[in-house]
Amino acid sequence: MRWLWRVVVLVAGVGAWQLWASGAKSTFFPPPSAIVARMYHLWFSGPAAHLFLTPDATGNILPSLGRMLAGLAIATAIAFPLGIALGRSPVVTSYLNPLLQFARALPVVTLAPVFIVLFKLGTQMEIATIAFGTIWPILLNTIDGAATVDPQHLETGRAFRLSAWQRLVWVIIPASLPKAFAGFRLSLSLALILMVFSELVGSSNGIGYELSNATNSFDMTLVWSTIVLLGILGYLLNALLGGAERLVLSWRTSGGQE
Amino acid sequence: MLEVTDLTKTYGHGDAAHLAIDRVSLNVARGELVSIVGPSGCGKSTLLRCVGGLIGPTAGRVVLRGEPVAQVPAGLAVVFQDYGRSLYPWLSVRDNVALPLRRTTRSRAERRKAAGASLDAVGLPGVGDKYPRQLSGGMQQRVAIARALTADPVLLLMDEPFGSVDAQTREDLEDLILRVRRERGITILLVTHDIDESVYVGDRVVVLTPGPGRVRADLPVTLPEPRDQITTKELPEFVRLRTEVSRLVRSRDTATLP
Repeated sequence: MRWLWRVVVLVAGVGAWQLWASGAKSTFFPPPSAIVARMYHLWFSGPAAHLFLTPDATGNILPSLGRMLAGLAIATAIAFPLGIALGRSPVVTSYLNPLLQFARALPVVTLAPVFIVLFKLGTQMEIATIAFGTIWPILLNTIDGAATVDPQHLETGRAFRLSAWQRLVWVIIPASLPKAFAGFRLSLSLALILMVFSELVGSSNGIGYELSNATNSFDMTLVWSTIVLLGILGYLLNALLGGAERLVLSWRTSGGQE
Repeated sequence: MLEVTDLTKTYGHGDAAHLAIDRVSLNVARGELVSIVGPSGCGKSTLLRCVGGLIGPTAGRVVLRGEPVAQVPAGLAVVFQDYGRSLYPWLSVRDNVALPLRRTTRSRAERRKAAGASLDAVGLPGVGDKYPRQLSGGMQQRVAIARALTADPVLLLMDEPFGSVDAQTREDLEDLILRVRRERGITILLVTHDIDESVYVGDRVVVLTPGPGRVRADLPVTLPEPRDQITTKELPEFVRLRTEVSRLVRSRDTATLP
């Protein structure tokens, strides 16, 4: 029954917005019906063969998602192995820690000018911004996970004569995964923000680019459409990650106690 | 079979140095079950870890089957006190039990078969697909014993193996150990703080002094086989032994065996 209440609350919220917006007739706050119609018309009224995506959708939404995933993939490919290695090397980590904390504390948006100079405007700069911003939560959480592997788990691995490689694969990595996932979850929401931001700064396509165009032409319905689209994408990506997490970490939840 | 000579272990250096065990000597014959008792902090666990090659001694030597022990030797298995932390929660019960074969047996089918046989031997058929978390404490400790059996050990080290289960389960597990030892002729070194248990399962009881641990007494147990939780424990000989061990454990006297 809980899901029913969730639907009721959602519908009531959108309904209230609709009532208010159609009454107010403000150009800045178009009613949800107009936003949904615009979203459908602009992005989701394409041919079935293209999964109903219009050329505008394939030309903007897909490149945005592609850059976001590329940035996240680069960040993960660097941060996860590095995090495991540093987590198992407490001395090195204690030396590096001030540097890591400093790098993490940098607001990545302020580094955008540096990336623009380094990579020129466009895809490379955007991916670099996303990757640099999302690397820290994954790295720091993985370090924490690998550093706090239960010593008893490690001793058990040695007692049964697992090789160093087997201890890494069967003990250290699985034990670090829950925290690494927590970091990845933070990075995912960060990636969405950085994707839009980097496209606002300079891009020739993408959701952020559409948003920036819409703002310049005072097309408030389009502005709201992109905002709602970003909300939906964020929600879907999070749900997808939740599913992946349940799959990979099924040992934490599956089945009941006897 | 196992010869421990003048084994000494000091933790730390200088002023912070802590002498855990001091010149402990001990010989164990093939197939013997030796209980090691002593007050808490007497270095029982340190002794066991040195014998198992999990930590290096500061001085003295351990020889197993004529070979000096420098690191964890082949043919060794360990059952730790804290089953919750020594079983891997991310592996199924079957994969946990098959762990000792990871390095030696390439065939997955063979590993699974051996794990199944071990689970049968400890009276837990049919739980292979579950996760450790889904089993009760006593069952998890059975799984830990099954895992040790999979290693087909010549020497089994048990570090307060039944310290965290209820009394009834504890008696069942003691009888399980006596049975597998009878069936397989495994040599067992069992550390415990429970005096009744040390006498009930042991062929010999070695009493250590309060830290630093030294051998205070080495008593032969002359109780008839097979042992029984009720009838063995009402024998005058059992009562005499448990009283003697109890007195030795509690004694503040620092006299040790020559």
